[in-house]
Amino acid sequence: MSVTLPRGDTAFQARALYRSLLRQSNQFAAYNFREYAKRRTRDAFRENRHVEGSGSDGTERTVQELLQKGLKELQVLKRQTVVSQFFQLDRLVVEGGKTGKQKGDAGGIVRQKDTGWD
Amino acid sequence: MANIPPTVARQAFRSCSRSSSRVRTPSRCLATLPQSQTGRRTYVSETKPANATVNVDTAIRADQKAFLNQTGMRAKDATMPTTGMSADAMMSPAAGILKQATVMDEGMRPIYLDMQSTTPMDPRVVDAMLPFMTGLYGNPHSRTHAYGWETEKATEQARKHIADLIGADPKEIIFTSGATESNNMSIKGVARFFKRGGKKNHIITSQTEHKCVLDSCRHLQDEGCEVTYLPVESNGLVSMEKLEAAMRPETMLVSIMSVNNEIGVIQPIEEIGRLCRSRKIFFHTDGAQAVGKIPMDVNAMHIDLMSLTGHKIYGPMGIGACYVRRRPRVRIDPIISGGGQERGLRSGTLAPPLVIGFGEAARIANEEMAYDTKRIKYLSDRLLSGLLALEHTSQNGDATRHYPGCVNVSFAYVEGESLLMALKDIALSSGSACTSASLEPSYVLRALGNSDESAHSSIRFGIGRFTTEEEIDYVLKAVKERVTFLRELSPLWEMVQDGIDLKTIEWSQH
Repeated sequence: MSVTLPRGDTAFQARALYRSLLRQSNQFAAYNFREYAKRRTRDAFRENRHVEGSGSDGTERTVQELLQKGLKELQVLKRQTVVSQFFQLDRLVVEGGKTGKQKGDAGGIVRQKDTGWD
Repeated sequence: MANIPPTVARQAFRSCSRSSSRVRTPSRCLATLPQSQTGRRTYVSETKPANATVNVDTAIRADQKAFLNQTGMRAKDATMPTTGMSADAMMSPAAGILKQATVMDEGMRPIYLDMQSTTPMDPRVVDAMLPFMTGLYGNPHSRTHAYGWETEKATEQARKHIADLIGADPKEIIFTSGATESNNMSIKGVARFFKRGGKKNHIITSQTEHKCVLDSCRHLQDEGCEVTYLPVESNGLVSMEKLEAAMRPETMLVSIMSVNNEIGVIQPIEEIGRLCRSRKIFFHTDGAQAVGKIPMDVNAMHIDLMSLTGHKIYGPMGIGACYVRRRPRVRIDPIISGGGQERGLRSGTLAPPLVIGFGEAARIANEEMAYDTKRIKYLSDRLLSGLLALEHTSQNGDATRHYPGCVNVSFAYVEGESLLMALKDIALSSGSACTSASLEPSYVLRALGNSDESAHSSIRFGIGRFTTEEEIDYVLKAVKERVTFLRELSPLWEMVQDGIDLKTIEWSQH
């Protein structure tokens, strides 16, 4: 699996990592895992927003460690989203979807026929 | 002129040029344009497949047009006198009936809010387990080849993660099949070991313990041990005075759970541990619901034996561990004898995928504890305040010494089981999963001194790492609606609304 950071300064790398983590999180078929992955990514980056990369040698190292950790999470995400997509289940009752009656002729609501339940 | 399509213009030009033998002015030629669009005038209808078959769509459209011409109304607006359906439905039944149907595009799977019975496995845990389910299949006890070495290394790493989570030494962790086995092993093991010495034969436990602890004690009573079942206060906590009063010189073991599985009360483990250590009594705690959710430290809390399980901390099912202290040494009689694995306390080959999954779950729990706690507290406050805003509801268990992920609420004048049936779109339970098959009220709530009615009407909500805000809002809305609905059905609720005290009613016997 080719998961590498783009060339450039650490701020650019961090932003690229953030984007790809969020994009990959969205691929979870399971609602709870998808929401958790997105939320955790967002909160982790927000939490470490003030870690400076250009300061003394200590902080530079922290940034690199955090980036490596994020990269590892991205690899896990890539594998587990595929697994999640293989074993899809019906959606949860809270997950959005179109409800209500179809009015007019436009046919804007896509209907889904549930089979196999009750 | 500019907006006439080129094909039409070309056709018109051709028809003009064809009739050029006759004298015609260009203006007349242009006037015949609309006719030329429909093709040449023929006396016999053209033979083509479209004319031979009835196209349903066009037929319906033609019918609708005819209807409009005849009545001056659009078909979908008109209601037919006999059926009450729109005229649209009479012309094309499929379209009309589909319009009557409510579109249900949402999913059907219930929301999971029963995190005390089990938790979903974290994808990171699955990721750690998968290599050991596919390629790395060695027996961790094989010392003669690389397959054994690599799994042994990984299981030892997992053992270290678990030990770090509870502040123990990796050598003190004994893998078992789950918390039930760990509880059995601890209680029966200590009791049987002391029985050989023949001096101590008394065990203290509380009435709100898990069934497996109570049942192990019951079993030991048959073997000649004496057991004290401590009552708890109305908030679910064990009273230190009563515990101290129950201790005797021949007491060998105190077993109190850290976090209750039904009401989420956190017992004063540190005080109990200190008291037991001062009296030279072994202290066992069932930490299945506590480890990984609240900070636990076996040394600070003076815990001698502790039961852990994988599937309550987002790990796999079928794996647990028992912490057995080495200094001062806790001697236990093993239940399972065999090849001498796990210091001879629990023989049998380890299950590397499960052990590694458990270890990874422990590592994640340790790392994420602060984040998860904050999140669960936020969701729990939101749920609890919403539920308590309903009238005649009360929280079971202590309000402050309480693990926020377990919210146990009583809804007066509603039968708990019927509310569970009404909340089919939410996976909930009224108590522990072990007793969910029976309809009798929870013994834990009875031990708190709750009445039968109150114990019958309580529901446990479990919040975990993967619960979202939308789910909590959905649950609040659903509970509010359905509790109101069920109360409207109830004659007791009517009486309460009229101000009749239900305790004053004398029910006639039948």
